[in-house]
Amino acid sequence: MNPTIAMITFRAMLGRRRALLLLGLPLLLLALAAGLRMTGTNDLEISTVVLQRFGIATLLPLLALIAGTGVLAPEIDDGQIMYVLTKPIPRQVIVLTKLAVAIVLVTLFAVLPAFLAGLVLTGMTAQVTPAFTVGMLVGGIAYSALFVALAVISRNAVTIGLLYALVWETLLGNFAPGAKSASVQQWALSVADALTDASTVRSTVDLPVALVLLALVTAIGTALAVVRLRSLSVASAE
Amino acid sequence: MTTSAIHDIGYRHYDGRRLGRAYVLRSLFVHNLRAAFGLGRPARAKVMPFLLAAIMMLPAVGSIAAVALTKQPEALIRYSSYAPLLQIVIAIFLATQSPVLASRELRFHVVPMYFSRPVGHLDFVLAKLAALATALLALMAVPVTLLYVGGLVTRVPGPRDQLLHYLGGLVGCVLFALVLASIGLVIAAFTPRRGFGVAAVIAVYMLSSAVVVIIQELAEAQTNFALAGWVGLATPFNLVDIVQVRLLGTEAASRAQPPGVTGGVVALAVCAALVAGATAVLYARFRKAGLS
Repeated sequence: MNPTIAMITFRAMLGRRRALLLLGLPLLLLALAAGLRMTGTNDLEISTVVLQRFGIATLLPLLALIAGTGVLAPEIDDGQIMYVLTKPIPRQVIVLTKLAVAIVLVTLFAVLPAFLAGLVLTGMTAQVTPAFTVGMLVGGIAYSALFVALAVISRNAVTIGLLYALVWETLLGNFAPGAKSASVQQWALSVADALTDASTVRSTVDLPVALVLLALVTAIGTALAVVRLRSLSVASAE
Repeated sequence: MTTSAIHDIGYRHYDGRRLGRAYVLRSLFVHNLRAAFGLGRPARAKVMPFLLAAIMMLPAVGSIAAVALTKQPEALIRYSSYAPLLQIVIAIFLATQSPVLASRELRFHVVPMYFSRPVGHLDFVLAKLAALATALLALMAVPVTLLYVGGLVTRVPGPRDQLLHYLGGLVGCVLFALVLASIGLVIAAFTPRRGFGVAAVIAVYMLSSAVVVIIQELAEAQTNFALAGWVGLATPFNLVDIVQVRLLGTEAASRAQPPGVTGGVVALAVCAALVAGATAVLYARFRKAGLS
């Protein structure tokens, strides 16, 4: 960990109006939760549907994509990354710091709001709220590692990430069950499934498999990012 | 006491024909349309738009193959449902390409250079809007046309109905293109930082559709179908589908629509307001950026 890199990255991600964009997304979830609470339609089934659809399936990949690619891709694009790379800092420290910043951002803007929304919706009924919080946290870590690696590998990181998160996990997931099982979203849901008694939370993946795959994706993503950052060629920005 | 004089040092004036406003508009339009597909830029910029365009063609090809093999005309995807069915791919195209049109000139502070030439602010904005709308129209209309041609070749019954449905589908595509281009350009024009524009456009699409679907499900569970329909106005694909269903008489491709012709007219008014509002906002944005 390098505090200076972490500070610069935080400033780049949260400076000016960007924090408002990041803040706007979770506020919508909280507003929805409050609206459901006020109209009295917050039974357990609806609450889990909201947390699952809006929390795990929408907010989490979106925030992880913004944070995961945002901590590295703009610097690589405009060549500023050279000022960091030419300092005597090991590459794995750079990647781990960036990854840590991304995870902190995802926790702040996706996991924490989901926890609050869960509290508003169900309180602590059937352990739904803590289960989803833990599920989103582990899912967020895996997503962040995946997208940080993508940002180092490709200039089209955001688009490729979108294709994965939307086309693979959502569009193909509806038609092909195999694609659904091979997605971070289902693994995170599996963790949430194991922690709650609510029968409305269902995942297509068993917990041990999900845990192994989550750990594997996180480790491979981080390692890949380190390896690729070692031999990064900085071409002129388009 | 100084005396100064302006000397005529013999520069020639341009006395030739001025090409005029239409030429400016056309040049800007062509330039932006090419940019939307990455033409005239490195191969890296072409990969994504053409990959997405190829993905858009796949279901149409598959559908025609299914009709040809099974002889079941129902296997042909409805022309009006094609865009809503593939809305995720269209949204990704919009998200990746609208910053190309709206953000790059702002990011590199080159907008004043356009306005140092005889380019009107409104022309500049209209050309961008028209170019992105045309690009989106091409993205949607080409596979729909392929479907229609495939239907003709495989002799799907009722050629008259097919032609009418096809023309209705094209009108729907134009509306989809205009509404989506307006939304995408406005969001991208306010997030010039690289990567953020893409994320912001997709965030608006994903969050609006997620919220709308959840509210529609709850409203339907309480048999409040009117509310479910009206909420559909809040997300772009459902909004245009309301116009298609209520005014063009197509089958519904979205979850719920507000009742009757009133619903369709209101949806069409919302579409028009979106396009007009986007033009006004973009005009103000680029006018301001052109001053610095």
